[in-house]
Amino acid sequence: MPGAAELTVRRFDWGAEEQTARFSQALVAVQGQVIEVGADWPRRVADLLAERGAGRLAFGSEAELAAELTRGWPPDSPVRLVPWAEPIETGRDRLFGEIEAALTGCRGAIAETGSLILWPGRMEPRLLSLVPPIHLVLLDPREIRSTLHELLVEQAWSAGMPSNALLITGPSKSADIEQTLTYGVHGPKELIVLIRASSD
Amino acid sequence: MPSELRLRVESGLGNGRVRVNIRRAMDHLVHKRAAAFPDAEEREGLRAQGEAIRAEALARLPELLETLERTCTGNGMRVHWAETAAEANRIALDILRAKGARTLIKGKSMVSEEMGLNAFLAAEGIEAVETDLGELILQLGGERPSHIIAPAIHKDRYEVAELFGRCFPELPYREDIEGLTAAARAVMRERFRAATAGLSGVNFAVAETGTLCLVENEGNGRLCTSAPDVHIAVMGIEKVIARLDQLPPLLTLLTRSATGQPVTTYVNLISGPRRAGERDGPSEVHLILLDNGRSRVYADPELRDTLRCIRCGACMNHCPIYARLGGHAYGTVYPGPIGSILEPQLQGLDRQGELAEASTLCGACAEACPVKIPIPKLLNRLRWEAVRPDPDAPTLAPGSRRRALPALGWWLWAWVYASPGRYRAISTLAGRLRWLAPRRLGAWTRSRTAPVPAPRPLSRLVEAEGFERE
Repeated sequence: MPGAAELTVRRFDWGAEEQTARFSQALVAVQGQVIEVGADWPRRVADLLAERGAGRLAFGSEAELAAELTRGWPPDSPVRLVPWAEPIETGRDRLFGEIEAALTGCRGAIAETGSLILWPGRMEPRLLSLVPPIHLVLLDPREIRSTLHELLVEQAWSAGMPSNALLITGPSKSADIEQTLTYGVHGPKELIVLIRASSD
Repeated sequence: MPSELRLRVESGLGNGRVRVNIRRAMDHLVHKRAAAFPDAEEREGLRAQGEAIRAEALARLPELLETLERTCTGNGMRVHWAETAAEANRIALDILRAKGARTLIKGKSMVSEEMGLNAFLAAEGIEAVETDLGELILQLGGERPSHIIAPAIHKDRYEVAELFGRCFPELPYREDIEGLTAAARAVMRERFRAATAGLSGVNFAVAETGTLCLVENEGNGRLCTSAPDVHIAVMGIEKVIARLDQLPPLLTLLTRSATGQPVTTYVNLISGPRRAGERDGPSEVHLILLDNGRSRVYADPELRDTLRCIRCGACMNHCPIYARLGGHAYGTVYPGPIGSILEPQLQGLDRQGELAEASTLCGACAEACPVKIPIPKLLNRLRWEAVRPDPDAPTLAPGSRRRALPALGWWLWAWVYASPGRYRAISTLAGRLRWLAPRRLGAWTRSRTAPVPAPRPLSRLVEAEGFERE
């Protein structure tokens, strides 16, 4: 927009390794879980969910990760995969009542604050990262940037915003009673980030 | 007769339980903010940036609002302008009626408090449900927020437990905070599933891209804005900013100043309703732009700084008066230092002008403010506006607090201080008559000694020390 003073982009020169370390540290500080995974990550997801007694994992049926997930999913897993393609009008009750976990991709992450960037849309509905009690996110560490400022300038967000863009930093929480932090209020109770090993 | 404000202050000071709860919370928040800005240089750099961004937005307010309307409309939102709270309520009602909504789920919004939306909708047969944990507690108890960020901060867990036990007898009685939070989740879940309409406030609106930015921790705000079929966003017209790249500095200032968090759990950027092919999200997004007196504030170049506010609440956390009283004593939607400059301007100096007097002008608020609003200076300005009989003054009900006796007193004071001779004569006289000074001055002398004029004025003592008179 013309007439407005230019801002210096607030960013930090952290190397790739430090960036990932800082991201993990910041996210863990707000009760997020970070797990490094290899090519067999669908199996890891299946194990994690089985441990938690979750019965159904939803994912965007047209999401980028969909093919890899279904291909790598252990056939003997007690957790059922639910490719999610239903409009909310018909899927509302199932989403609120039956889905214990959802897996989404992300559009990057912020090292400074441990935040994930999601642009939900046609491939991945926005409620997937919100309604199920467990939210898993697959992250390529090469997508991590030092600050939000750096990331949104680099990805040229101002050229066109999606209907919904999100920063997610940890599971939902509240401190409304006596300023005491409690996790798992209205959004997910658990946020698990799967960082793909850089050798991938 | 003591004013309503004084009566509320009396009762606020007398409520030991509330005082303990508020003080504990404020000390905690002050400490957390300090820890969130470990580097003073970085903090001051960010504050200067925040001030510049907000000042620029206000300098271009009419233009940016028009751009915002254009970009939001281009994104598929419907933009409504409301001159008054009553108009905004009517617009919201019409939207809900058109959708056939009987219930409205609400994320936390101070502007909706300003509108008195819940009571208005109730009278029209529509139930407004507060979904933020703090706001839910208040709605159940029939109370109003006492803090703009932590609305139920005056209550402790036992009061909440008692309230939940009464309102949700079907749930097991719990006194632990985790249990109470779990109860709120259980109760609200069905509300989120079933609602057809949701309402939220707006933290920042980006003119460049037509984007509404909402920050929150609980997820209720996201649920209110993405689960129902219609989303109504209400915002004061001052919340607009020019560009998207101005958002990151403001966001970090907001969350660090408010609660000491580097970022909230969710930052929710909404640029329109569900698009073709998307499977969820509201099919309608309405933005209601509320003026409610803000244009008048905008018209004065000095008072305009009031509108820079990003509603972080740091001024109240740092205010020695707020920390001892809590928000209810102010009797307004916005309490604390920011409320004391905003409310007299929105509601009129006749109705709320006394708030500007309820300050020691210590300056803690201005020091904490992330966008450097000179609150003490504006308090002073409003004190002046309240007693200056100028019908063309830019405020509402200027001069309405002018009283004959204090006015005469100040006139005399000015007359004396305007001339060295008169000042000398009066101070010498005061020294001679010092035995007449009262020894008791109401509550002030209950724990203090009354001030007595010195036998010899300072100017004489200085002369006696051999200093030149200048």
